[in-house]
Amino acid sequence: MSFRTPLARARGLGSAGEGTGHWWAQRLTAIALVPLCLWFVAGILGLIGAGHGAAVAWIASPFNAILLALLIFAVFHHGQLGLQVVIEDYVHTEWRKIALIVCVKFAALILGLAALFAIGRIAFGN
Amino acid sequence: MTTRDRPLSPHLQIYRWQWTMALSITHRITGVALAAGTLLLVWWLLAAAMGPEAYAQVEAAMAHWLGRLVLFGWSWALFYHLSNGIRHLFWDAGRGYELRTGHATAWLVVLASLALTALTWAIGYGIIGG
Repeated sequence: MSFRTPLARARGLGSAGEGTGHWWAQRLTAIALVPLCLWFVAGILGLIGAGHGAAVAWIASPFNAILLALLIFAVFHHGQLGLQVVIEDYVHTEWRKIALIVCVKFAALILGLAALFAIGRIAFGN
Repeated sequence: MTTRDRPLSPHLQIYRWQWTMALSITHRITGVALAAGTLLLVWWLLAAAMGPEAYAQVEAAMAHWLGRLVLFGWSWALFYHLSNGIRHLFWDAGRGYELRTGHATAWLVVLASLALTALTWAIGYGIIGG
């Protein structure tokens, strides 16, 4: 049983029923991705044709490993939020829409975890 | 019941095409493409974690002309989505809604995305020496 008034529970949630959480998370990850993407492109430019050893050394450095992990988190969070909006806009059959959104969220989670695992394995050694 | 077939927004086939609208659609398309492109990022990281042979496969694929083409498209999509994303963030802050500003920033986004892509590839080809 809740002691909150109905107004307090409804306040700020709007027609989507989840308030501005989705919108806000998409903006926060977008802001984070501006410097992270620029840093990442600059970083991998230095790895072109440099081979496995150089790539592993770059990923394993604490600074790069942490920024890479942040990049992965922000990319997949931002990506699945964005794809959800696209699906909601263009797929109007309810079960198809929900199935697609669930697939996108699962895929983002699997790919994100795989990437984080790879970073961790490289950073902490085999 | 025919409610399922009712047209819902956005009505892409109804609006008259205009410049800023093309940018908006491109923002979506590049966003979806970048989401697909994360497969490349994960493949690269996993290969690096697996060892030299797996990593050599990624390098070979990226050195192939088809791999280069995908990377080129990926880099432009990234810079476009990044530039236009910053434009969107200004709108979210309530700025840049005037028609003239909207058109000017649209051009700025396209030019910035092309310039950043060109710069990246110039540096890239400079590193591997042609």
